Amino acid sequence: MSKPRVVIVGAGHAGGSAAAFLRQYGFEGPIYLVGEEPLLPYQRPPLSKAWLKGEADADSLALKPDSWYAEADVALRLGGVAVEINRGARAVTLASGESLSYDFLILATGARPRMLPIEGADLAGVLALRTAADAETLKGALGPGRRLAIIGGGYVGLEAAASARALGAEVVVIERETRVLARVACPELSQFFQRYHGEHGVTFELNAGVEAFTGTDGKVAGVKLADGRTLPCDAVLVGVGAHPNDELAQDCGLDCAGGVVVDLEARTSDPYIFAIGDVAHRPLPLYDRQFRLESVPNALEQAKQAASAIVGRAGPTPEVPWFWSDQYDLKLQIAGLPFDADRILVRGDPATASFAVFHLKGDLVQAVEAVNAPPEFMAGKMLISRRTPVSIDKLADTTISMKEVAA
Amino acid sequence: MAKITYVEHDGTEHVLDVKPGLTVMEGAVKNNVPGIDADCGGACACATCHVYVDEAWRDKTGTASAMEESMLDFAENVEPNSRLSCQIKVTDALDGLVVRMPESQH
Ligand SMILES: Cc1cc2nc3c(=O)[nH]c(=O)nc-3n(C[C@H](O)[C@H](O)[C@H](O)COP(=O)(O)OP(=O)(O)OC[C@H]3O[C@@H](n4cnc5c(N)ncnc54)[C@H](O)[C@@H]3O)c2cc1C
Ligand code: FES
Repeated sequence: MSKPRVVIVGAGHAGGSAAAFLRQYGFEGPIYLVGEEPLLPYQRPPLSKAWLKGEADADSLALKPDSWYAEADVALRLGGVAVEINRGARAVTLASGESLSYDFLILATGARPRMLPIEGADLAGVLALRTAADAETLKGALGPGRRLAIIGGGYVGLEAAASARALGAEVVVIERETRVLARVACPELSQFFQRYHGEHGVTFELNAGVEAFTGTDGKVAGVKLADGRTLPCDAVLVGVGAHPNDELAQDCGLDCAGGVVVDLEARTSDPYIFAIGDVAHRPLPLYDRQFRLESVPNALEQAKQAASAIVGRAGPTPEVPWFWSDQYDLKLQIAGLPFDADRILVRGDPATASFAVFHLKGDLVQAVEAVNAPPEFMAGKMLISRRTPVSIDKLADTTISMKEVAA
Repeated sequence: MAKITYVEHDGTEHVLDVKPGLTVMEGAVKNNVPGIDADCGGACACATCHVYVDEAWRDKTGTASAMEESMLDFAENVEPNSRLSCQIKVTDALDGLVVRMPESQH
């Protein structure tokens, strides 16, 4: 019998890692890695942080050096777009017409930025930030005195704001909600980040609807708000969330629910097809629900799950979902998800820029958001995975170390 | 170039030339040294790039920042010579450096 053949669609963080884990776990069959972007798999987190500020180069973004793919015998189809999955024939068709048959298919198509369907959205200078090419364009728009308007105060928007300030640009963040990070963080954290950004010269328009982008000669020149004002700018970054690239899966009839539904092996409703990373709607065993996560640790965990299932080895121990973000000299580390929490507890003092917000359900820790507080993050992550009660009094008392709290 | 020896937990050695300016972690990842996963890509957020610095080199690699210290505090199998390899910048002065990997990254 010939060796099984794996086709991976999407050569991003998840897809690239899946190829690497397959080889690391001893998979010997052919691996095809199909990626729309012309680049080898790279890391996106630095695009809004170190790379944007000029502190990291393309080499350091790359997941693996160029030479690895030949050494590991991974066949690349860069610049290749998968357009159809034929589940009966177990084959994927590329836009070039090429058909790749598979024994196992891994979908790692990620997500794409949501854009605003408003007037002026197609003006030059209205940007998104997802790919290295996007980052290059954004960087070109920044510099001393250049005015950047950021629509959406989520992580990508705020990270870009911090980097843009470091490059000397003027930054205004326009947010529909009454606070930044409204979808992803608690009010305490929102308040802290808004204040910190304010101290670094970022201005905010909260509770603000965006009506249109105005421009001259096809280039954006302003953001028109619902209250009638127009804020002048030289470029706009739209950071209002992402949409999973699950159309291929939908078209071939796989179960989807705002992302491709998978199990803890990252297997879809078709046993020969896996879905990993930002595109997957995955079970969260700690929280008893399905969810779509957008983070590097999630992409890596699911890449390991799929690769393990394919080679027939035990999957990784389920991880507490976690995420990090860097802005200015702040390191934000988040573990867990605040599902079902009935109270929050702030440990430390936000005024000192080192504190953590614990989300509790009774005396169980559901999630922790830690700013410049690695012990709170690390111990919190441990407490979340253990599912054992914590002493609330100890947790609130900063004279007691997190080691002792978690003991 | 600085010659760096990475020793896996099972004793397998990888001797590599690493370009100054990269971190010890990047030297490992670029050369596919197993045992240094570096999940966060060097953001000092994951502790999956933990190494033991050979005694003779501890002065030259400098000391951990407070942030690194507290990440290490909660890592597995920590020893006094533990470091996060993404926080050690390679310089010519580190030519000959030897680092070992903990069992937990096996
Ligand atoms: C600016 C930015 C900052 C971030 N910062 C952090 C951070 O600090 N911490 C963190 O944990 N996470 C961060 N993330 C999130 C993290 O980068 C993603 O979760 C991760 O990249 C997901 O990996 P993926 O492989 O699922 O998707 P991607 O890395 O997006 O890769 C998907 C790839 O599939 C390709 N593709 C799509 N459709 C097709 C098709 N039909 N055929 C062929 N190829 C296709 C796409 O072109 C893309 O290259 C950040 C993301 C961005 C954009
Ligand atoms: S790579 Fe994550 S802490 Fe070093």
